Amino acid sequence: MNRARVMSFIKENTMIIALFVITAFFVWQTDGIILLPANVSNLISQNAYVFVLATGMLLCILTGGNIDLSVGSVVCFVGATGAIFMEKHDIHWVLAVIFMLIIGIAIGAWHGFWIAYIKVPPFIATLAGMLIFRGLSNVVLNGLTVSITNQTFTKLFGGGADCYVPDIFGMDNFNMTSMLIGIIACIIYVCIQFRGRIIKAKKGYEMESIDKMIIRSIIISAVILAFSYKLSMYKGIPFALIIVAIVVLVYGFITSKTVLGRHFYAVGGNEKAAKLSGINTSKVYFIAYTNMGFLAALAGMMTIARLTSAQPTYGQNYEMDAIGSCFIGGASAYGGTGKVSGVIIGALLMGVINIGMSIMGVGADIQRVVKGIVLLGAVAFDVITKKRKD
Amino acid sequence: MAKALLEMKNITKTFPGVKALYKVNLEVEEGEIHTIVGENGAGKSTLMNILSGVYPYGSYEGEVIYDGSECKFASINDSEQKGIVIIHQELALVPYMTIGENMFLGNERVKGISIDWDETYDMADKYLAMVGLAESSRTLIKDIGVGKQQLVEIAKALAKKARLLILDEPTASLNEKDSKALLDLILQLKKEGLTSILISHKLNEISYIADKITVIRDGTTIETLDKAVDTITEDRIIKGMVGRSISERFPKRENVNIGDISLEAENWNVYHPIYEELKLVDNVSINVRKGEVVGISGLMGAGRTELAMSLFGKSYGKDISGRLKLNGEVVELNNVRDAIRHGLAYVTEDRKGNGLILMNSIKHNISLANLVGVSSRGVIDSDKEYFVAQNQRKMLNIKCSTVEQHVGNLSGGNQQKALLAKWMFANPDILILDEPTRGIDVGAKHEIYCIINQLVAEGRSVILISSELPELIGMCDRIYIMDSGKIVGEVEGSMATQENIMAHILKTSNKRSVDNE
Repeated sequence: MNRARVMSFIKENTMIIALFVITAFFVWQTDGIILLPANVSNLISQNAYVFVLATGMLLCILTGGNIDLSVGSVVCFVGATGAIFMEKHDIHWVLAVIFMLIIGIAIGAWHGFWIAYIKVPPFIATLAGMLIFRGLSNVVLNGLTVSITNQTFTKLFGGGADCYVPDIFGMDNFNMTSMLIGIIACIIYVCIQFRGRIIKAKKGYEMESIDKMIIRSIIISAVILAFSYKLSMYKGIPFALIIVAIVVLVYGFITSKTVLGRHFYAVGGNEKAAKLSGINTSKVYFIAYTNMGFLAALAGMMTIARLTSAQPTYGQNYEMDAIGSCFIGGASAYGGTGKVSGVIIGALLMGVINIGMSIMGVGADIQRVVKGIVLLGAVAFDVITKKRKD
Repeated sequence: MAKALLEMKNITKTFPGVKALYKVNLEVEEGEIHTIVGENGAGKSTLMNILSGVYPYGSYEGEVIYDGSECKFASINDSEQKGIVIIHQELALVPYMTIGENMFLGNERVKGISIDWDETYDMADKYLAMVGLAESSRTLIKDIGVGKQQLVEIAKALAKKARLLILDEPTASLNEKDSKALLDLILQLKKEGLTSILISHKLNEISYIADKITVIRDGTTIETLDKAVDTITEDRIIKGMVGRSISERFPKRENVNIGDISLEAENWNVYHPIYEELKLVDNVSINVRKGEVVGISGLMGAGRTELAMSLFGKSYGKDISGRLKLNGEVVELNNVRDAIRHGLAYVTEDRKGNGLILMNSIKHNISLANLVGVSSRGVIDSDKEYFVAQNQRKMLNIKCSTVEQHVGNLSGGNQQKALLAKWMFANPDILILDEPTRGIDVGAKHEIYCIINQLVAEGRSVILISSELPELIGMCDRIYIMDSGKIVGEVEGSMATQENIMAHILKTSNKRSVDNE
């Protein structure tokens, strides 16, 4: 009995365990350098775009293992147009942000239209988009680099030297505001847990054991606090993390708690059954790809802000990072299963491997090999454990 | 007496929980045309699947003796080696390949390491000439009609050097002219020494072509009629096919209270979504009242499912025309969402393919057709969802560890109950149940009958589509009989017998063919 419980715990939390094991490995190999506040902070800032794109990609994958190959090009194109707006036409950055989001949504809707209503296979439609928007980025930028000079824009979207939550306490070497944000987040989390339990008790619904809930609350609070502490030791919480946190919370909520989210899982799980249950399956596809365009625009802004410029080569292989994170994070290649939390773990895992190997001085080529093997291994593991269950 | 080419002795085949065949005997002489008749689910296809090696040796009991020696086929390849070739009801041709490519698929003419296309097409043309099909073997399958495709299947069988040809309802999807041509071809091939086994429902065809008729009912052989010895009449065959009384398998309904008409379809027509000239539902008018169970009887392919799905928000078919009235008001239901909103539910015959999301929990499946009922402003109340699922589970007695369990891990009967639970939670006024007891055990069947009775007791209407005549007779207040897309009869539940329903179906298909000749 106990052994079975341990096994099912391992099965359910494979990737979290893998994340801990791999982190421990790098802590050992780098003599703890990977846990220095600066590196922890970089882990977030460098990979912020992956979190955002992977969240959007998850929705596409949920609908039936469909991927969006165009996101890298869309990131580049939206960034390019934004840079031209701000730098060449002197448009206020708020307006430019709105324009960029509209362009992203329009591109997403363009893909969604072909996929949902004309029934072009997503692979083809987005491959076309990948070529089209990469080419258009070049056209818009004239093949040149455009620097971003607007400080407010770069700061808010996670670029430049001080893209961190400012400290209102003015302590030396410790960003107290960031630490406080972490503590408040923990308190909110615990409160939500208890509130849910009280409501359940009132309505007489079945509840999970209190031990399980307390242990989970403690672990999650500890992780949040440790993270905020590390970040406070450096320069504080990066704005990019705030964007990522909002995206993750909003999409986590949509996928797990809303009718719309349930529709994604239903379409991916059994499209015919979904249709016969009154779900507009075309609309679900359309929303998935339109939303992907929106998040690609957001990632585009974060990219040009972080690199304080726009270039026709930006965003290459971003789609692969996003797709890889989803599959490592447990999304099914056939659709219908996958969670935002899993995708975050997948993206973190990739990020830890990147940063760990960089610190160890492993070359970029070998890093790619390792990432490829991790992706293959994670998915193969998933397939094998699922097969055994049947 | 000619020598027996095939003998199947005491064949018994058991599927988990069901005895599909019990001590079935079949003897086919060389050079004869032997037909097998029986109701849907009587075991005809199972028997043929044993003969052709789909169910390998060892998975059944009994002996198959072919050409004097016992056969232990492990796969279709083994039986084809011996010249036993089966042509299934659904044609197995690849639409975007040529006739020639299809004929030699898996049996390719090879020269060295490459395919010899010249020989392929040359031989294909020869076989096409044998079956009298005037098409080039380089024509794509998708460009020829169903009748010609059936001929290609036969040519393909001949190319495999068939000695014993098994045809499973070969004329089911053909019109009268093509059917006649096909039957004549089989007679022609008989003269050339080919032995055939033909499964058919059409009595006029059987009397036209058969030398012997074996009747199978409930997985056992009832009798074999020989044209040379017995006088074969349709009534004689029908009696063999049904002829058992309905025991107390069906729960009694108390204080039946039938109200006003809740659903009425008038002059309803539906065309095939791909073959647009094919009319699947032909000028059908039906109605059902509150508190009434109305059955739709008919053979496979009669258009029952197509009728039901087209009524359910036009979820199947093209160019749907006709008038649909719900509670006396004309409505236009253009999609499933509309249909659900107007109180309709369609419980599919294919619970795994079209009904349930197997990888999702029971809870999520139950709420799927009525997510509005467990959410407010688009946000799902997961506690309420759990509560609802628990209720439904208790009400329908779904056997599972928790409602979080994946539907895919449930037994067939419990899956069916979960599917019913899903649609009952949508709170419909009219339920269309398409083969609700297919492939489930007797106990679960009884539970589903009780649920049906309860639904109508609450004043709802139920349309029950079933291939099992006893089930319809035992459950329905009224039964429509459907054949080839048309309603060919209507009987009161109290007047219905298997014989008169079967006679309606068989005699109309008969009459139609005669009219056309």
